[in-house]
Amino acid sequence: MERIPILKMGEFVLVSIQVDMHDQLAMTLQDDLTAQIVRSRAKGVLIDISALEIVDSFIGRMLGNIASMARVLDAETVVVGMRPAVAITLVELGMALPGVKTALNVERGMELLRATLGTPVETGRAPAESPNGHPQN
Amino acid sequence: MGILRTEKLAVDSADDIVRVRQVVRAWAIERRFSLVDQTKLVTAASELARNMLLYAGGGTVELESLEEQGRHGLRLTFEDHGPGIADIGLAMKDGYTTGSGLGLGLGGAKRLVNEFDIQSRPGVGTSIRIARWR
Ligand SMILES: Nc1ncnc2c1ncn2[C@@H]1O[C@H](COP(=O)(O)OP(=O)(O)OP(=O)(O)O)[C@@H](O)[C@H]1O
Ligand SMILES: [Mg+2]
Repeated sequence: MERIPILKMGEFVLVSIQVDMHDQLAMTLQDDLTAQIVRSRAKGVLIDISALEIVDSFIGRMLGNIASMARVLDAETVVVGMRPAVAITLVELGMALPGVKTALNVERGMELLRATLGTPVETGRAPAESPNGHPQN
Repeated sequence: MGILRTEKLAVDSADDIVRVRQVVRAWAIERRFSLVDQTKLVTAASELARNMLLYAGGGTVELESLEEQGRHGLRLTFEDHGPGIADIGLAMKDGYTTGSGLGLGLGGAKRLVNEFDIQSRPGVGTSIRIARWR
């Protein structure tokens, strides 16, 4: 059966939706993600929808369900990369995606997750000192 | 008003909902709709096609490409021979559902298009016609 791959990245899981999902595929993804959160004890879930050309009430509901289920399993969800036309349409449709955090792209989504979870950021953006003792930037 | 082109699609499975989205998108691009207008029309079509499949066991969508006084538009007619809707006003209300949805499909679809017309008779079926102008 067709499935959307889920990547494990440290304490996060990442899924990038690249196809126009039919309803069963969306349901399968919801189940697979829930199972993966449990299996990998993930603390954060990133869902990249930058390739999605529409989000209708069904897919919107799926995103909301994933976020609620993840929360029960003590994980935070961030939906990243929603296209502006999709966002405009979703609002008019009446779906505000309550309880779903969003970010511009995967990188920002990671930052948001780390900030929410209080995990130190280990990139050069941190205000920490460089190895030779001089402040960066 | 001129009808430039028509096509009829059957909606009998979840895959057909995807197909409806793709064909409506292609027509909207061909009619040179803006990206936002394309997205609104495709989303409305997705909602109405799914409703036909879920509540009426399937149906058909007819696409029509329209031209009126230099204006371009697309009209979609969703027709099924399902149980019909007894109280249309109630069904149109946001949050009303007899299934497991959010009850946003009908009201949402109406907000996403320029014209929305619904006819339904219990025991006979439902016909919903929407249009969006460029
Ligand atoms: N083609 C149809 N035939 C019979 N009943 C319908 C049809 N379309 C909609 N309905 C009825 O109208 C109700 C409202 O439809 P609407 O699309 O607004 O919400 P929903 O499908 O229940 O949830 P959502 O679309 O948010 O997932 C449905 O629950 C169903 O009872
Ligand atoms: Mg619906």
